[in-house]
Amino acid sequence: MPDPRWFDDEEAGRHVRPYAITGGRTRHSRHTFALITLVVTRSPDETGYEPLEPESAEILDVCRDRAVAVAEIAAHLDLPVSVVKVLCGDLLNASMILVQSPPAETDKPSVELIERVMDGIRQL
Amino acid sequence: MPTALKILIAGGFGVGKTTMVGSVSEVPPLETEERITEASLGIDDLAGVEGKFSTTVAMDFGRITISPELVLYLFGTPGQDRFWFMWDDLALGALGAVVLADTRRLDASFASVDFFEEREIPFAVGVNCFDGRRECTSRQVREALDLGPSTPVMLCDVRDRGSSKTVLLALLEVARAQASARLTAAAGR
Repeated sequence: MPDPRWFDDEEAGRHVRPYAITGGRTRHSRHTFALITLVVTRSPDETGYEPLEPESAEILDVCRDRAVAVAEIAAHLDLPVSVVKVLCGDLLNASMILVQSPPAETDKPSVELIERVMDGIRQL
Repeated sequence: MPTALKILIAGGFGVGKTTMVGSVSEVPPLETEERITEASLGIDDLAGVEGKFSTTVAMDFGRITISPELVLYLFGTPGQDRFWFMWDDLALGALGAVVLADTRRLDASFASVDFFEEREIPFAVGVNCFDGRRECTSRQVREALDLGPSTPVMLCDVRDRGSSKTVLLALLEVARAQASARLTAAAGR
């Protein structure tokens, strides 16, 4: 039987490795996240204590003090957005985070919502 | 838990998208990347990924906390239009978009204008006059880009917060008019 061969970095390609963190998954089977889905870490006493990958532990750290968008998490961890979505899906399965999805595509913004945004920008 | 909204800042490479994000964001622009693959286009499988279409696009973005309940993210679209157009998640659900234009390379804005027009995403065009050049008037840009009368075209300097705010407010005015028209249409049914 031939020896299993390790690919070195060059052969494997630089884009493949981040997906090793997700076990090769490019999307989560149960949960869908948008770039601006907000994530908050649940307090430790609410959650179990499963051993976590370092990247997942970092997500919990980043989202402990405020709601952080998936894109922001990806920027802080220097990982592709889709990898962060998979990791967040696992954390949500484990009830370790709370998430807030953005308004659905079909749920068009109201006049009132747009005016609130305009007021906010005027005050910058 | 707050809700997040987003606005896109589009336009050709080097037109000032990141500068505009930075001029209004409460944090220095953050950068992240996504790999656009056939999986992103709906094929859910990483097997044999080498043989499939795959590219990495990077984008910059910033954040504006509107209120404790509302956070606005501004995403500068990746420079290479032909790739980010495949990234539906980026445009999906956006309040609207600013298309930044450089008068020396107006053709670089065509694709973005088409993209937002086709999807009926409200947008405004900002003509970035970053070194004081005002070779074109907004009327000439409007004609060159073949824009309808409801699309604002404004000369701006995206390094300046006030100027960037003006362009964003013009875009949101279009979004508000659309929302208002939806309301009227719904009431008329």
